[in-house]
Amino acid sequence: MGLQAYLTLAAALFAIGLFGVVTRRNTIGILLGIELMLNAVNINLVAFARFNADPAGFIFTVFTISITVAEVALGLALVILIFRVRRTAMADHLDILRG
Amino acid sequence: MSLEPIAFGALAAVLLASSLAVVLTKNLFHSVLYLALSLTATAGIFLALDAEFLAAVQLLLYAGGVVTIAVFAIVVTERLVGDRITQTSRYLASGAIVAGALFVAVGGIVRGVPLPISPPPMPGDVTRAIGEALLTRFVLPFELLGVLFVAALLGALYFARPDE
Repeated sequence: MGLQAYLTLAAALFAIGLFGVVTRRNTIGILLGIELMLNAVNINLVAFARFNADPAGFIFTVFTISITVAEVALGLALVILIFRVRRTAMADHLDILRG
Repeated sequence: MSLEPIAFGALAAVLLASSLAVVLTKNLFHSVLYLALSLTATAGIFLALDAEFLAAVQLLLYAGGVVTIAVFAIVVTERLVGDRITQTSRYLASGAIVAGALFVAVGGIVRGVPLPISPPPMPGDVTRAIGEALLTRFVLPFELLGVLFVAALLGALYFARPDE
C-alpha cells in the first residue's frame, strides 16, 4: 500500500476523533475522542518512518505513545477528582473558574 | 502481493467503523470497548508497516493500559453518581461539518502531493534498530521520559489521596 492510503486513513481517524471531541458532552467521552486523534497522529508518524526507512521515526512514536498514556491516566484521574467535588462529568457544568 | 490491499482494507474498515462507534454510541462503557477494538486495529496497521515492536507497545500500553484506566474511571464515577451514565451528544451538525471540512482539507493536500507508492526495504531488524537507537542516540529523551512518568505517578498519588 502507498503512503497516501495510510495518510488518508489517519486523516479520517483524526476527523472522527475531532467529531467526538466537539460533540461529546461527557468529559470521559471527550478524552476518548482526544485518544482517537492522538492515535491517528501515531499512524502518520509510523507511516512516514517506514516510507523513509528511518528508525528515528519509530522511536518518536514510542515517546508519543508513552506520553499519551501518562496524559490519559492523569486526565482520567482529574475527571474522577472533579466528580468527587462536583458530582458531574458533563463538561458544560465545570465552570468553577468562571469570573 | 495481492493479499496486502485486502488486509489493509479490512484493517482500515474495522478501524474506521470502531472509531465511529466510539464517538456515536450512547453507552459510555460500550464506547470504551470500541476504543479497545480501534486501538487493536491500529496495532494491526503498525504490523502492516513492519513495526512489530510498536504494535506490541500499542497493545500493551493503549489497549491494555488506557482501556483499563478508562473502565476504572467509568465504574468509579458511576458508583459515585449512583446510576448509569448515559452520554448524549450535542452540536452534531456543526461537529460533522468541522470534522468533514478537516478531512477534505487534509485529504486534498495528501492527494495533491506526489507520495511513494511502495516502501523502501528496511535495513536490518527494526526492533533491534529501535532498541539500539533508544539507548545510544536517544538516551537523554528516554531518561526524561522516566522523569515524566515519576511526575505523573506523583500527580496521580496526589489526586488519589484521601480527604483530610
